[in-house]
Amino acid sequence: MSKITDSEIKKLKLQAEEIRKRVVEIIYSAKGGHIGGSLSSIEIETALYFHVMNIDPINPQKTDRDRFILSKGHSVEALYAVLAAKGFIPQSLLDTYGQFNSKLAGHPTKKTPGVELNSGALGHGLSVGVGMAIGAKMSKSTFRTFVLMGDGEQGEGSIYEAAMSASHYKLDNLVAIIDRNTLQISGKTETVMALEPMRERWEAFGWEVFEVKGNDIEDIVNTFGVLNYSTEKPKLIISHTTKGNGISFMENGAKWHHGVPAEQQYKDAICEIEERIKKL
Amino acid sequence: MTNTIPCRKMFTDILVELAKKDKDIIAVTSDARGSVTLDKFADELPEQFVELGIAEQNAVGVAAGLVSVGKKAFVCGPACFYVARSLEQVKVDVAYSANPVKILGVSGGVSYGALGFSHHSLHDIAVLRTFPGMQIVLPCDIYQTKKLVEALVDYPYPVYIRVGRNAVPNVYENENIDFKIGKANLLLDGDDLTIVGTGETVYHCLQAGKKLHEQGIKARVIDMHTLKPFDKDIIEKAARETGKIITVEEHSVSGGLGGTVAEIVAQNGNAKLKILGIPDENAIHATSPEIFKYYGIDEEGILKTALSF
Repeated sequence: MSKITDSEIKKLKLQAEEIRKRVVEIIYSAKGGHIGGSLSSIEIETALYFHVMNIDPINPQKTDRDRFILSKGHSVEALYAVLAAKGFIPQSLLDTYGQFNSKLAGHPTKKTPGVELNSGALGHGLSVGVGMAIGAKMSKSTFRTFVLMGDGEQGEGSIYEAAMSASHYKLDNLVAIIDRNTLQISGKTETVMALEPMRERWEAFGWEVFEVKGNDIEDIVNTFGVLNYSTEKPKLIISHTTKGNGISFMENGAKWHHGVPAEQQYKDAICEIEERIKKL
Repeated sequence: MTNTIPCRKMFTDILVELAKKDKDIIAVTSDARGSVTLDKFADELPEQFVELGIAEQNAVGVAAGLVSVGKKAFVCGPACFYVARSLEQVKVDVAYSANPVKILGVSGGVSYGALGFSHHSLHDIAVLRTFPGMQIVLPCDIYQTKKLVEALVDYPYPVYIRVGRNAVPNVYENENIDFKIGKANLLLDGDDLTIVGTGETVYHCLQAGKKLHEQGIKARVIDMHTLKPFDKDIIEKAARETGKIITVEEHSVSGGLGGTVAEIVAQNGNAKLKILGIPDENAIHATSPEIFKYYGIDEEGILKTALSF
């Protein structure tokens, strides 16, 4: 991957803000959704879809495409907004989110072009990602598999079955990402069920571990830029993020896990985003 | 001649032969290569064999991932674990995600006999038939198993297959038989009553049916190898023409074969029904044939029920 230019970084930042705006709009319109974890994961997903992954919205099923699994399926609004921005689905479809019988469910489904797995139950995505990565090795295909998990999701034991198998099968074509926003629905992850030392735990499972400022596009892009896909080790990126990132009054508040903004809050949120867009 | 080959062995023998010709056929297991009889597959086709250790949840998820990138994955292990421990993966990653994984549950029902309820799978039909998109097949002998494996390789839907642990007598005389997933087989015709079996109970149903014919009672016997999609037509016809149906299953009396038939005949209101199976209790500790006998799902028990019906 060639070094990214400042103007490309700026473009990605702008893209992330446009996506953020759409996330707030559709959650406000639907009067429901998981806004906190959607906002924390926007930069990672923007970097993946607009810079890192080999994908084609015109041909979403092409066999050598990179795979992305949203294992933290409740953060679906960010994914839908990214897929719309990338051209997998029309923006008009995004506006149907939350409406009666919308094609867009409250967790990802494969009915939406670009979605690889129906998710929503936590702790499933990494196993499916392991299967995709083993399949790629068997077919001698070069596609990579990216799995985005939540940090609260790390309580699910099935993740560690998958983690063991990924290093056992030397899946260097698999990248797992943890959206480490430190909050889950009941409060701080470390209070609900401690996840630290996260890095050491994953290293002990045989993974290469990277840490990134997960709401900083430049840091994300640079980190993906140094990944080596022939180390015979699966990769974990601990993405340090802020829950509710980019909307000041939502940041670091567990109540915004699935909070819905009131009218004035919605207006304030959009105003904040638009101010940043102007400055970019 | 007495059959000595368990259906699980027939299944994996055929799978090995097919996998030698089709590199996309993958066997996935969870430290169950011995139980399933996958040793030959693992030895001869190591590149197509995925061992995941004792981790059924991961095994089903991995199989779903393999299928979604174009492989033909058969995840194989004891039925009791795959339809309990990894049930959510079957629900979400396989059925809901429409990944056509083939789940081979071996040593199903009460095959493990005295090992107890932890090792019995008497709920699998009831649970899986409520998952949209999931299909369920219980072959009754080695010939039907062979036909089934051949049909499954390129079958575009998720399927759960349950076979037993031990060799059982053959129902069919050879492999030249009609077999289509979703289409039940009529084994014996008659208009006095109908006996419907699935999996290992089919043999017992047929034997009882033959005895009834000898006594002048014209019993109809149906091999309901597929529990989903269910052959509703053959049951509606049997209800109309015989008025009495006995279902026989190595499964809880709730929600399985009998439950499915009950849903049909109760809504049509045209037949009396007796459901034979394992009642709502932990089955006794005994061998599989002894358990069949104790709960009246063997030839003798079916005959007794039929004569008093």
